[in-house]
Amino acid sequence: MNAEDKQKSDTIISTKDLNVWYDDFQALIDVTMDIPEKSITALIGPSGCGKSTFLRTLNRMNDLIESAKTTGSVLYRDQDIFHSSMEVSELRRHIGMVFQKPNPFPMSVYDNVAYGPRTHGTKSRAKLDDIVERSLRGAAIWDEVRDKLRQNALGLSGGQQQRLCIARALAVQPDVLLMDEPTSALDPISTTKIEELILQLKENYTIIIVTHNMQQALRISDGTAFFLLGDLVEYGSTDIIFSTPSDKRTEDYITGRFG
Amino acid sequence: MKTIMWISAFITCGLIIGIIVYVFAKGIPFISWDLLSTSPTYIPPHIGILPDIMNTIYIVIASLVVMVPLGAGAAIYLEEYATNQKVVAVIEYAAETLSGIPSIIYGLVGMLFFCEFAGLRTSILAGALTLVIMNLPSIMRTTQESLKTVPQSYREGAFALGAGKWRVIRTVVLPGCVDGIITGCVLATGRILGESAALLFTAGFAHTLNSFFEGLMSPGATLTVALYVYAKEQGEFGAAFAIAAILMILTLGINSLAMWLERHFRKMREQGYPQEKTKE
Amino acid sequence: MTRKKQNTMQENIKRKRVERIIHGIFLMLGLITVGCVLLITIYLVVSGIPAMRTIGLKEFLLGRKWASTAAEPKYGILPFILTSIYGTSGAILLGVPVGFFAAVYIAKIAKGKIKWLLQSAVGMLAGVPSVVYGLVGMMVLVPWIRKLFKVPDGSGLLASIIVLAVMILPSIIKVSVTALEAVPPEYEEASLALGATPIETYFRVSVPSARSGIAAAVVLGVGRAIGEAMAVMMVAGNAPNMPSLFESVRFLTTAVASEMSYSSGLQRQALFSIALVLYFFIMLINAALNFFLKRGNVKKL
Repeated sequence: MNAEDKQKSDTIISTKDLNVWYDDFQALIDVTMDIPEKSITALIGPSGCGKSTFLRTLNRMNDLIESAKTTGSVLYRDQDIFHSSMEVSELRRHIGMVFQKPNPFPMSVYDNVAYGPRTHGTKSRAKLDDIVERSLRGAAIWDEVRDKLRQNALGLSGGQQQRLCIARALAVQPDVLLMDEPTSALDPISTTKIEELILQLKENYTIIIVTHNMQQALRISDGTAFFLLGDLVEYGSTDIIFSTPSDKRTEDYITGRFG
Repeated sequence: MKTIMWISAFITCGLIIGIIVYVFAKGIPFISWDLLSTSPTYIPPHIGILPDIMNTIYIVIASLVVMVPLGAGAAIYLEEYATNQKVVAVIEYAAETLSGIPSIIYGLVGMLFFCEFAGLRTSILAGALTLVIMNLPSIMRTTQESLKTVPQSYREGAFALGAGKWRVIRTVVLPGCVDGIITGCVLATGRILGESAALLFTAGFAHTLNSFFEGLMSPGATLTVALYVYAKEQGEFGAAFAIAAILMILTLGINSLAMWLERHFRKMREQGYPQEKTKE
Repeated sequence: MTRKKQNTMQENIKRKRVERIIHGIFLMLGLITVGCVLLITIYLVVSGIPAMRTIGLKEFLLGRKWASTAAEPKYGILPFILTSIYGTSGAILLGVPVGFFAAVYIAKIAKGKIKWLLQSAVGMLAGVPSVVYGLVGMMVLVPWIRKLFKVPDGSGLLASIIVLAVMILPSIIKVSVTALEAVPPEYEEASLALGATPIETYFRVSVPSARSGIAAAVVLGVGRAIGEAMAVMMVAGNAPNMPSLFESVRFLTTAVASEMSYSSGLQRQALFSIALVLYFFIMLINAALNFFLKRGNVKKL
């Protein structure tokens, strides 16, 4: 990526005064944030600070939690995602998600990857074959599973499962990938593989990643947002946040004084 | 104190062993291929229980076919759709109530509703539908239990790919609860085999041999009802004991099958789903 | 491009509609149990009330004579009510102690193979069809009673009580065992640490903390006993006498079952009224059961 590209990058998701409550507990307080396209944005902060909630709001996964209540706006490519004309399944097709624990479905590797395209109406066998291969290659796992496409995905190792889940998310050709601590359940070698993968994916996708691991955020992200008790304390380029944070609390957190 | 406990446990054990031994001793000598493969005739006086066996099979099939979609559907509603806790409480209370109602009352209402009001007359189908209501709570419960064990992460994964609720249920949730439905079916089969009071006035006690669809619309005795009729009204104790022995073998077999299935499914699940159920 | 967008929008509207319809279908399936309870209640009330009106509620419930086929028919169901109450109480008196002690033994003392054996025995007892109990009662118990007590006919209240006691045993044991096994081991350990013997511990600590569950087990047994028809029908003799241990008697359930097939007119309506009375008892028992289950936090099996 060259400097010109970086300048060209536009805002893809922007939130304004976003508040989320679970019953009486306010998990996000007036979060206003612009996320640039084709970049990696890391969300950091101690447990319960609202970073996961923020992530899950962006593709409306919070709809699944009954007690969750949201105010404010989230614009995805200038469209309000909470507007009645916004179809949730369309939104989630554009904004994919990878979870903390690998969660392949109890079906074959092939069916896992084909699940999304099938959901959105792709039936042709040849097309599906093509998508499956492309997605698995995209997730850097094709070589490991090309002979196991018909085997149950639960037989793969944890790291493989997570890359399969990334392939599954890629198969619907999303625009944005939300990743909720995708490596926290994995061993260091698998983690390195996934991090390399994420860096590759940046070429074509916008990635927003929640992480507990400061080194990880530093290694892969372009921008970093620090959350604390539902507040977006500080948001800016990763280099700046980790070298000269403007807020004392950010400094305390990244230097490990709490959290 | 310990002696009393030991005696009580011994009585329990002794009772079942006594019943099994007694029924087998009295009944097995009367079981013959002729008994199993013929219909009864008055002239010459002859007893055959083939029609009763067939009726039992018909009624089990008919009940399960109707019961599975209804019971599993109700369970899916409770576990996957229902958001209003009051509605859930009402439905669960209703299921509790149903499972406490004695079978004679089911027989009576089944007779009034299915045989008379719905015009099915006394028939296997009316009997089967009555049994469906009786067994609904049990299949609901087993399905619900197994729906609870389908990891939340499967649902989340599917939703995150943009799948609609129904697609998520059909493709990810339902395959995970097949075991509960099967266990429920086996338990229900056991109960249907043993049921008599609910069938007396709904399915009747005819001993004619019919094909499946003919049979559904005609009255017919199941094995239990036939046992009752032979023992109580005709004094044919040989046939009654033979049927009792067959019933014991069947119910013991089915109950052990249910126990085995439960263990087997639990083991399979522990191996099959390596991850813990995660809920945010 | 706009055409394509329109298509996806239409697609989305269609999809939403399908989802709503499916939601509706599942809602209806969910409400089936409620519908069934309502159906049963309404049918019993509607068909049970007329005869009570014609006969007179007091006459019906407290009348001591049932002669439905006499020239001048009498419809008093007090004998049935009392028989059901006595029969159920008798079965409880006989079945609960055995069931209770067996449950403590299974839950606390039995280990390994013996425990498995006992639990299988209980499971098997629960699976025996009621007509088989009836048959065995009829062929074994009734002659014994006749010989032992030198009465002309062995079938009657005593035979019914014994058969019912055996039939409720598995439910009592199963629910009690579940309740006893749910007692936190810390309670028992605390008692053992104070020097109490295991047996003392089980009866002073475990049983009291499982009392709601055990109460639920007893109530469940009451429900099973009062609702049983076929087995009782085969050993009770079925004459509408006032209850007495060696007398031939009729329960609420058997009163309905024994005359249903040839009844008509007011007699038939009166049978529905009996069913309504039985249903009323069952509802009371259910309410009690739910109360204990909730308090004891045990699941019905």
